[in-house]
Amino acid sequence: ALHTSFHQLIQEQSSLMEAALELEMQERSREPGQDEQHPNFSPTTLRILASMPSRTIGRSRGAIISQYYNRTARLRRRSSRPPLQQLCRTARPSLRHYDLETDPTRATLEEKRSLLVKELLSLSPGQRSHMLLTVPLSLAEKRTLRWVLSRQSQPGRAPHRTSSSPCGRSKDCIVLVSLGCGLLSLLAAAQPWHYALKQIGGRFGSSVLSYFVFLKTLLIFNIFSLLILLVFVVAPQAVYPPPSASPRPFTGLELLTGAGYFTHSLLYYGYYSNVTLNDPCASSPNGSMCPHTAPQFPYNMPLAYVFSIGVSFLLTCVLLVYSMSRSFGESYRVGSSTGDLAVKVFCAWDFKVVQRRSVKLQCENICTQLKELLAEQRSRSCSLSLCQRLGRTVVLLLAWVLSLSSVLGCVVALRYFSEHMHVQEAILLVLPLVVSLLNVLMPHLYNLLATWEKQDSPVTEVYVACWETCVGQDLYRFVVMDFIFTLLDTLFGELVWRLILEKKLKRNQKPEFDIARNVLELIYGQTLTWLGVLFAPLLPAIQTLKLVLLFYVKKTSLMQNCQSPSKPWQASRMSTFFITLLCFPSFLGAAIFLSYTILSVRPSETCGPFQGLETMYKSGKTWVQLLEKSNPNITWFAWVHQYLVENTFLLFFMSGVLLAVIYFNIQVVRGQRRIIRLLKEQIANEGEDKIFLIQKLHSVYEQRERRA
Amino acid sequence: MTRVQCHCALGKKEKPTALAGRKTEDCTFFTRKEILRLHGRYHEMAPNVVPMDYTKDPDVKLPMQLIINMPELKENPFKERIVESFSEDGEGSLSFNDFVDMFSVLSEMAPRELKAIYAFKIYDFNTDNFICKSDLEQTLNKLTREELTAEEITLVCEKVIEEADMDGDGKLGFADFENMISKAPDFLSTFHIRI
Repeated sequence: ALHTSFHQLIQEQSSLMEAALELEMQERSREPGQDEQHPNFSPTTLRILASMPSRTIGRSRGAIISQYYNRTARLRRRSSRPPLQQLCRTARPSLRHYDLETDPTRATLEEKRSLLVKELLSLSPGQRSHMLLTVPLSLAEKRTLRWVLSRQSQPGRAPHRTSSSPCGRSKDCIVLVSLGCGLLSLLAAAQPWHYALKQIGGRFGSSVLSYFVFLKTLLIFNIFSLLILLVFVVAPQAVYPPPSASPRPFTGLELLTGAGYFTHSLLYYGYYSNVTLNDPCASSPNGSMCPHTAPQFPYNMPLAYVFSIGVSFLLTCVLLVYSMSRSFGESYRVGSSTGDLAVKVFCAWDFKVVQRRSVKLQCENICTQLKELLAEQRSRSCSLSLCQRLGRTVVLLLAWVLSLSSVLGCVVALRYFSEHMHVQEAILLVLPLVVSLLNVLMPHLYNLLATWEKQDSPVTEVYVACWETCVGQDLYRFVVMDFIFTLLDTLFGELVWRLILEKKLKRNQKPEFDIARNVLELIYGQTLTWLGVLFAPLLPAIQTLKLVLLFYVKKTSLMQNCQSPSKPWQASRMSTFFITLLCFPSFLGAAIFLSYTILSVRPSETCGPFQGLETMYKSGKTWVQLLEKSNPNITWFAWVHQYLVENTFLLFFMSGVLLAVIYFNIQVVRGQRRIIRLLKEQIANEGEDKIFLIQKLHSVYEQRERRA
Repeated sequence: MTRVQCHCALGKKEKPTALAGRKTEDCTFFTRKEILRLHGRYHEMAPNVVPMDYTKDPDVKLPMQLIINMPELKENPFKERIVESFSEDGEGSLSFNDFVDMFSVLSEMAPRELKAIYAFKIYDFNTDNFICKSDLEQTLNKLTREELTAEEITLVCEKVIEEADMDGDGKLGFADFENMISKAPDFLSTFHIRI
């Protein structure tokens, strides 16, 4: 019997080889998708094709569970020991980590489930939770798994749910960032304005929504700074008020100018004292023994002032860089050069839009974009003639010259104006008024230029008592004026314009919400706040109030007066752009200006927490010297301060390190691009192999059927 | 985010039935408050059928016609496909678990991979696990409300397959689709429904 079976086997093999030779002699016809339209495939072939992993992976529950079992096993193996080569082929149980009898590809659903549970139990709770959240099974199935897991895991150890914020997933978060993230996720969970944002997104889409989300982000930044300043600077000073001159009477104009009644109040720098508050030794200045009263907490006001501002800036910087890197990481992809049309077809539809009119508009938008893309691809070969290119360059140059000259003109005019201004109560408002007026008018001029030039150009804004209190007051006025002018601009730009369009010109078109201009206004307001926080610690509170009011005003105006945008805006790239714009010119400029003021400028002699010091930074230095004198054990702290913080060598070293890191990353990206290209070729080759095998399988079965 | 204590004593064989228990909360991206709010929305679609008390895990399913009339889905051209992709019985009716699952995947906290899996299911009209040319044609017709000419549709379909198909079989498998989605930074923000 053995011989006959071998004989049969050999005969089958040889016939197969004949068939193979025949197939090799045929030309290989590469027609993609042939198996689908090929009615000649035998039912056996079709059955085999239907059970291929690529066709079942999303369908059957068993397949999903097997796939995730493999994934979990790989994850566990990766975390515990270095992976050995070709682990799947080896038969040694100690290497395979599971028994040979339970081969996962052949098990039943129950067995697969128990295997998956066993693997999940070996993960850490955080990883387990993450794996459970991301497996694409139905909720009922997940709940069963979860129940089985909780029954089998150790009793008493409560499974801990990681927060869905990004920090919960990465293992190495520094404490500061995780604290900020925790607060952020808390605020996000509180979900202010959830329904309002839903309404806006439903009617106007993700692009206009990004402006309001940006506003909310700015609000969060301001609330953070406000909290820090409130707790460490404003509250202690409010509890121990300095002896001050009699306050001037309150007239209504103070709300606009910030002077008068507000000059000697908590709002400005001049109010804060330069002594240590609550110090029991202060009452005996002659060097006699300090009375041993009940232990009190002396509070060094100048130190607290400069440190709180430094810490709030540092925190803002960290939050900004984190959100910028997160949104940049989302929008930048290595090796993404082609694929515009496919991406447009599958990702252009905004699922948030729910209003009928907006949906219709969105359909038209997508249709137009697709037609444009097709036309562009068709005409890509024919380039413009020399004349057209020259014409385009001339227009571009003219537009640049006009923009730059207008900016220079504004700068010169403002400088002249601020130097020849009289210092009276109401006249103080004139400079901020002029600046805000320019801020409002210039963008419209630039929009006109842009339509002529068919390109966007960002607006370059002009930035310019103690003298610190004066600066603080100036900035307060700027902030208030900016707010008033934003309101006026909303009123005239949107409401009145819509009325004019409807009634006078009888056009059924409402004005559009100008996202770019509004975002720049927000960034301008935030820059003012950051510039002014050193001189007016309560400015973030005013900015917070202003942002809250602005949200409601803009939302009402949007709903009543505007229509959906007709231009396609990519929401995520825009968010990245807004945050980058906030970080680089705005925050960096404010930080540089503040560092310069703290490190080099001489504070005024008569008021404020830094009276009599050379620079504001000296308060920190004298404190370090004091520490050194009082406690000789911590001389290392003074040494660190002298040689690391004050030495410029550290700055150069950090810049060098940063440049090296950037270069390294560029090389990594270049290598990744090369790998992507190689992998794409490999996938194409595998695809060809698959088609070849299917054809061969079909021919084998055909042969067998013909013989039978 | 408060923990909801288990109703049953330890050791007793407990069924996973508590509506907003810890188990449901840990399996979706919603908090307990949001799950209860979703239950309110599910209930108001058919108040006579959906019970308020879910501790006995009733086997209640709402048909597709009710669900696609929700304001969040009513104007969406893919509403039938969305509901079918999350339905367990293949006819498009959703139990409460499926309902929560659907909005959980479409929420902004779901990761990109999970959304890609379900987006692929939605755009695969003939459910053969591939996005072939006919699927693409149907997608385009729904997107543009049949404003494109037949020639333009054919051209777009060919170009899409040319751009995204990597293994040369003439249709998009899940790997091709996922690769294409990874190049689209907008996907996370557009494939998102607020509830």
